[in-house]
Amino acid sequence: MSALNIKKGSTSHSAYDLRDHHSQVVESHTLAVIVENEPGVLARVIGLFSGRGYNIDSLTVAEVDHTGHRSRITIVTSGTPAVIDQIEAQLGRLVAVYEVHDLTAEGPAVQRELALLKVAGKGDARIEALRLAEIFRANVVDSTLESFVFEITGTPEKIDAFADLMRPLGLRELARTGVAALSRGA
Amino acid sequence: MTKQMTGAKMVVQALKDQGVEVVFGYPGGAVLPIYDEIFQQNDIRHILVRHEQGAVHMAEGYARSTGKPGVVLVTSGPGATNAVTGLVDALMDSIPLVVLTGQVPTFMIGTDGFQEADTVGITRPCTKHNWLVKDTEKLSETIHQAFHVATSGRPGPVLIDIPKDVQFATATYTEREKTRIAHYQPRREGDAGQIARLVEMMEQAERPIFYTGGGVINSGTRASALLRELVAETDFPITSTLMGLGAYPASGKNWLGMLGMHGLYEANLAMHGCDLMVNIGARFDDRITGRVKDFSPHSRKAHIDIDPSSINKVIRVDVPIVGDVTLVLEEVLRQWRARGSKTNKGGLDKWWKQIAEWRAVDCLSFKNSEKTIKPQYALQRLEALTKGMDRYITTEVGQHQMWAAQFLGFEDPHRWMTSGGLGTMGYGLPASIGVQIAHPDALVINVAGEASWLMNMQEMGTAMQFRAPVKQFILNNERLGMVRQWQELLHGERYSHSWSESLPDFVKLAEAFGCKGIKCDDPKDLDDAIMEMIRYDGPVIFDCLVEKHENCFPMIPSGKPHNEMLLGEADTQGVIGAKGAVLV
Repeated sequence: MSALNIKKGSTSHSAYDLRDHHSQVVESHTLAVIVENEPGVLARVIGLFSGRGYNIDSLTVAEVDHTGHRSRITIVTSGTPAVIDQIEAQLGRLVAVYEVHDLTAEGPAVQRELALLKVAGKGDARIEALRLAEIFRANVVDSTLESFVFEITGTPEKIDAFADLMRPLGLRELARTGVAALSRGA
Repeated sequence: MTKQMTGAKMVVQALKDQGVEVVFGYPGGAVLPIYDEIFQQNDIRHILVRHEQGAVHMAEGYARSTGKPGVVLVTSGPGATNAVTGLVDALMDSIPLVVLTGQVPTFMIGTDGFQEADTVGITRPCTKHNWLVKDTEKLSETIHQAFHVATSGRPGPVLIDIPKDVQFATATYTEREKTRIAHYQPRREGDAGQIARLVEMMEQAERPIFYTGGGVINSGTRASALLRELVAETDFPITSTLMGLGAYPASGKNWLGMLGMHGLYEANLAMHGCDLMVNIGARFDDRITGRVKDFSPHSRKAHIDIDPSSINKVIRVDVPIVGDVTLVLEEVLRQWRARGSKTNKGGLDKWWKQIAEWRAVDCLSFKNSEKTIKPQYALQRLEALTKGMDRYITTEVGQHQMWAAQFLGFEDPHRWMTSGGLGTMGYGLPASIGVQIAHPDALVINVAGEASWLMNMQEMGTAMQFRAPVKQFILNNERLGMVRQWQELLHGERYSHSWSESLPDFVKLAEAFGCKGIKCDDPKDLDDAIMEMIRYDGPVIFDCLVEKHENCFPMIPSGKPHNEMLLGEADTQGVIGAKGAVLV
């Protein structure tokens, strides 16, 4: 049977363990997807991710060119390089997609996220929250005698750090926008 | 001059302007205005089906056998949901279709109205693209764009959902020529630098192979002609997937036969042992690769595909070439000839000698019987008796499909219609009608299994009504043969629900439909019975009672590489482990 004398059963991998095959480090990538602003376009993109088993760690979408009917979807995803390549190619073949940019791969990029945090407390905790907000350059956008709403902008890591600090000080609610990102330079 | 018309009239006008000759459809409340317009014209022929799934498969058969997009018209709700299987089938096999669905009027959308379904939502992952048209002003433009999207790049099905009030309202018709063509313009020319690398590899290769697929067929007849030139001039061996049969003639001397799970021994071993694999319009499907890790371990691989997402999806390749097969092959030939049409003669001679040894195994041989009709024998006779005729073959899905691919020879593209990617039982009968509508004088045969055939047998009514003399060649083993085969090999011969009791009497069934029924269970009578089927001027249901327990070989068990093929019953003992059993 083995006319080629190639060793049989040299691995136990099956046809379905495709990702194992290129097994490498899972990386986080930020993709900017420029799409036609038409009904259902977001569903197409999200459906692609869920249908093919890709991850969405963060997603933002808004119209960026009203006259040209363009929206920009920023997706933070994670996967091995082979999976990231496949995600880009799959996005690229959607008819409603104009451009796909892997901001992580294409060079340096700035990432920003906005968050609103409601922190309730009295006494020292309240003062400590306000002092930390100053250090993090968070703005107070609402206050009562028992609470603040802070607005903070920064990288997701910075917001994580701020939220972690606020938790013991009375963090009640947290709203995050997801990441918006642009490549650096012209 | 601007033309004002109703949305319904626009639909018919746009189809005419797109050169549509036939629409496969089924009326209902939400498409009545369009049907009213169809009634009042004679340019477009409407084929009334018996079930919407049948309409889509007919349109697929029409499209695959002509190279033109197939058009379907169905109503809202159940009309649309019944079409879904056909849409996915066309998506998997890259068949251009334009499907028009009716929808409840715009002001009722979202109210759970009668026969309302979220058609664009349901079909979003089942189509290449889809549209809900809420404004009659945009309807004609959308239809023209839909044809563009369906037929350009990697072809596929598209769907336009048209609410009933949009069909009634009047607006300006946009001409095809004035339509703002979508930005969708897939790249067609291959990268000349990558092609140069491929040409260099072709010159050096000792054990090259062309591995071709449905992309060659989809690229048009010119692609097949170029492929034949390339094979003839390089003298490389060529194999093809199920979807690509006919691009290179089965009678060609470099033809190794189909590859893959039930492919030929010589084709699979050549894929395994090659040092240069040139994939032309195929997609490294799991039926082809077997165990990915051990797939063709010693080869450099080039991949020509119009869809960038196909490249490196399953198999990492060394030379990726994104482009239309026709244009890429033109450039490959141009560059290769310009450099003196060189190949590695010494290597090739040895390679062909090795292939001759594999061919000598005669992997398709089977033990014939004088008492019962072996399915392989039935197809051998069908092939012998119809060879040279203006013949088109469709199939259902299962063992008979694989035997048909093994034992029937295809000399030209567009002659072989089968459900490859999705594996849709019930595809073949309606597909054969679609083919026959496109080629009224040709011999159209659906090679079927009785179980698949029953799934859409209602379409015999369509064949009768529209005088489509399709021949239904049913290899009847009273079993779900492929399921039974897997149960035998993988599930301890526990044949759970894989046999059919209470099958209809197919001859009486034929009579009930008003067509001809033929029954044959003796190998001695087979030739005469097949000739009777061919000669009959009308649809025929041929009940060919075959050996009930025949297995389809060769077979690469799932989870195994190409060089671990099973050639016959003797090879099957304990070959598929628990890991293989998990796979489909």
